[in-house]
Amino acid sequence: MEEFVQHLLNGLNLGAVYALIALGYTMVYGVLQLINFAHSEVYMVGAFAGFYGANFLRLTDKPGWGAFALTLLMSVVVCSVLGLCIERFAYRPLRNAPKLNALITAIGVSLFLQFAGQVVFGATPQFFPQVLEDRTLFQAGAIQIQLFDVTILSVALIAMAGLHYLIQYTRTGMAIRAVSFSFRSATLMGINVNGVIAVTFIIGSSLAGIAAVLVALKYPKIDPLMGMLYGMKAFVAAVLGGIGNFRGAVLGGIIMGLSEEMVVAYLSSSLRDALAFGLLIFILLVRPSGLLGQMKVEKV
Amino acid sequence: MNDKPSLTNNMFVGWVFVIAAAFAVALAAMGLNAYVQQILFYIAINIMLATSLNLVNGFCGQFSLGHAGFMAVGAYTGAMLSLKFAPFPENLGILNFPIYVIAGGLAAAAAGFLVGMPSLRLRGDYLAIVTLGFGEIIRVTVLNTEAVGGARGLYSIPGNTDFAACVHVYLWAGATILLLWRLVHSSYGRAFMSVREDEIAAECMGINTTSIKVKAFIISSFFAGAAGALFAQTTNSLNPATFTFVKSVDVVIMVVLGGMGSLSGSVVGAILVTILPEALRPLQAYTGGVDLRMVIYSLALILLMILRPQGLFGSREWVQFRFRRPRATGS
Amino acid sequence: MRRFIRIVTTVSVLFLSVSCTKNSGQTPSQIAAALTEIRIGQFGSMTGGEATFGQSTDKGIRLAIDAKNASGGIKGKKIVLITEDNQGKPDEASAVVKKLITQDNVLAVLGEVASTRSLAAAPIAQKNKIPMISPSSTNPKVTKVGDYIFRVCFIDPFQGSVMARFANDNLKVKKVAILKDLKSDYSLGLAEFFSAKFKELGGEIVSEQNFQTGDSDFKGQLTRIRSSNPDALFIPAYYTEVGLIARQARQLGIKAVLLGGDGWDSPKLFEIGETAINGAYFSNHYATESNNLATQNFIKNFKAKYNHTPDGLAAAGYDAAMILINAIETAPELTPEAIRNQIAATKNYDGATGKITINGERNADKDAFIVKVDGKGLKFITLLGP
Repeated sequence: MEEFVQHLLNGLNLGAVYALIALGYTMVYGVLQLINFAHSEVYMVGAFAGFYGANFLRLTDKPGWGAFALTLLMSVVVCSVLGLCIERFAYRPLRNAPKLNALITAIGVSLFLQFAGQVVFGATPQFFPQVLEDRTLFQAGAIQIQLFDVTILSVALIAMAGLHYLIQYTRTGMAIRAVSFSFRSATLMGINVNGVIAVTFIIGSSLAGIAAVLVALKYPKIDPLMGMLYGMKAFVAAVLGGIGNFRGAVLGGIIMGLSEEMVVAYLSSSLRDALAFGLLIFILLVRPSGLLGQMKVEKV
Repeated sequence: MNDKPSLTNNMFVGWVFVIAAAFAVALAAMGLNAYVQQILFYIAINIMLATSLNLVNGFCGQFSLGHAGFMAVGAYTGAMLSLKFAPFPENLGILNFPIYVIAGGLAAAAAGFLVGMPSLRLRGDYLAIVTLGFGEIIRVTVLNTEAVGGARGLYSIPGNTDFAACVHVYLWAGATILLLWRLVHSSYGRAFMSVREDEIAAECMGINTTSIKVKAFIISSFFAGAAGALFAQTTNSLNPATFTFVKSVDVVIMVVLGGMGSLSGSVVGAILVTILPEALRPLQAYTGGVDLRMVIYSLALILLMILRPQGLFGSREWVQFRFRRPRATGS
Repeated sequence: MRRFIRIVTTVSVLFLSVSCTKNSGQTPSQIAAALTEIRIGQFGSMTGGEATFGQSTDKGIRLAIDAKNASGGIKGKKIVLITEDNQGKPDEASAVVKKLITQDNVLAVLGEVASTRSLAAAPIAQKNKIPMISPSSTNPKVTKVGDYIFRVCFIDPFQGSVMARFANDNLKVKKVAILKDLKSDYSLGLAEFFSAKFKELGGEIVSEQNFQTGDSDFKGQLTRIRSSNPDALFIPAYYTEVGLIARQARQLGIKAVLLGGDGWDSPKLFEIGETAINGAYFSNHYATESNNLATQNFIKNFKAKYNHTPDGLAAAGYDAAMILINAIETAPELTPEAIRNQIAATKNYDGATGKITINGERNADKDAFIVKVDGKGLKFITLLGP
């Protein structure tokens, strides 16, 4: 029983990590219908921004919530700027091109950041500065709950609620929904489409920045290829839950985390990676729009 | 109507041309060093991969991101077969190799059927994701199968002598181009393109779109598998690390660079993408161990998409051969 | 007409490009011997997930070659190192080695760290009869490819059994769990030989779990290991993952002693593992605190050049390069065959990783250093022979 609870907690924590990254994918997809493959690399750059920033300001000398907030801020700013640049220089020129071109450009940007990252940051894994001390919040026998785990899960949930509120109940959200519905009509209604898309990328990239710092604190090893694996899995999680849907992203992430953990716990640890994709394919075949996504019927 | 008699309007001439070209390349390659030969092999294999993927991505308009997976199925099937089984005796050993390639192709085609059947109902991005997922699953399966070497890889796979291997590889590449060319210029080809242009309209015209898509997918997988088996024969070793998502992306890049829906474009794309990283190798000497090749390569991809999204050729062909069937009744 | 022109252009471009690359009929080794400089090829993973391996080894190799060139080269000829990146891919490895041998006409090839890629490249070196020295591929199959393939490190069966003996004899543990990397043949091989030897010695493997290179969450596997209650946990993996595994193991309250192999050796291990890695033991090619003069000189020169402490891979790369340089120097003539014979004859070479003798199977006879992680450094514990 104790072991089962431990596995459950592990899975939930892992799921929260996936959920947090998945929210960024969902945000951009919801508006542009573009799988932003570069999201995982923005996440990687966010981690390095935190790494260089925190080391430069020597934040590890006084670890605490202040240092943590400062690291988070640096990462978010760098990610937002990077997200804006990617949108402006890589995606915007292709706004009216076929979707496939945008998708390939996204893959190109992702590869570019990965390889440029290896040149700029070096390929050696780096240790992420502990700007906040992890500690045990709760312990019962061998089971324990760590501060970082709770933080990641709650940030993911808060982000989910915040995004939902933003999209559904604010003027910006209304503009985002209008752009998502149709570029042309939105333009005709006097909405600044480029502005709205820029805002979307800022929000999406900020989420990547937040996730980067939180995850890097939990698993303090960062390297230029760190985005790939988590990006892929988080993306699968987003599709699983229904891409474009915030609750779906969190649900998908947690399902992914839990099922991976349970495979390791009760089947074989070598099946872990195959499972993510197996689950994805199963869901897409049974319910192509994902768990909470809405099915769009194509009309003439 | 009267067809002008032309050297290129029947299959026989096409085959003669392919065979002559394969021998010509092989003869020319004999004076070259093994490294250049290897590049020539890779070019032929990549031509097969790119043209076959173009059938699905370019002509049929379905975005597949799992070509490396089918290549892996063919490569491992061909390699395992060649390690266990040789129908022809030693002195006719050359004849064994096409059998392995066909076996690899058939295994990949079967995998293509299994993958395509359920997933081709999906569209656009979703199809891309599912094919990506299947590609990864195939790779992870190989990784976990001790019988095919697992993470250690498979070594000492039999290969042909240089000259025979070169002829063999180029015969396959030529055959792939020829067969695909005939296919896309047939009524099937028009069905593929109608699915690409407008699925609903195609459906209204009485085309079973799912079945047409699955057919394209199976044919495409066959050639990817054959290319994989050839790959195994020329490198003599296999490793699951070769068949990652990145390999699939490479093939997509070849197709997009040449132009979606242009077979000659795919050929040019395959040649350029194979040669470019090799041509940039000397750059390393100036950058002091820092490898900028992949940075340049990815940047070139982004620029290509922005500046010339239709690729080098668009959907046009470099040379427009016409294969025409003799009509039963002239008009 | 336009079609005709296009066909003619295509054919002539093809013909020209093929004929331009033609070279003379000499074999690669003949050309190599006739050059005025001594060309050595190196292939490694300079980019990709295992880029650190290639880059570390490269530093060691360059240190050796630059020093030799500074003192006038070999017989008045300068040594030129041609480095090729294989991006961590086995098929790239075989392609670049073909290039090094047939295009650049190198006299010998140095590489690779990962056995997978050495195995992909070795048949090509063997076929062209160009000697190849792997600095740190420990899989036994590598040198079995042929008589031109060497290595300057010990092999996995030795390393695995050394750790098993150490666990049994010195640490007196009876129950061991294994956590191995499914994607790495190095990890699989080491795990296999360890568990075979440990069982032979009467111990018990209580749990065997897998992960994959690049993972950063190991809690599922570790929770299962925890429930099997081992005395020691053997992690045959690279340092890139070990730090995180150790942290998470301690977080879960696993008190078992951690054991590992030469893949652990890197300053990053302490940085990422912090206190969690304290008290762990692993087998290594060398120990920085070894009082061997050659080792100390190597460390001093390396620090002067690169400003950081070398890891085991750099040391192995240095030794591979040094053995090659010595072989070229003592060879009666500059042919790959003569160099091969000199490498094979290497005896009691005093290298950065200890005394090296190349045995009949072209592997290095060497003792393994068992070191203990102690604070921010390594403490030399014992030297175990075959």
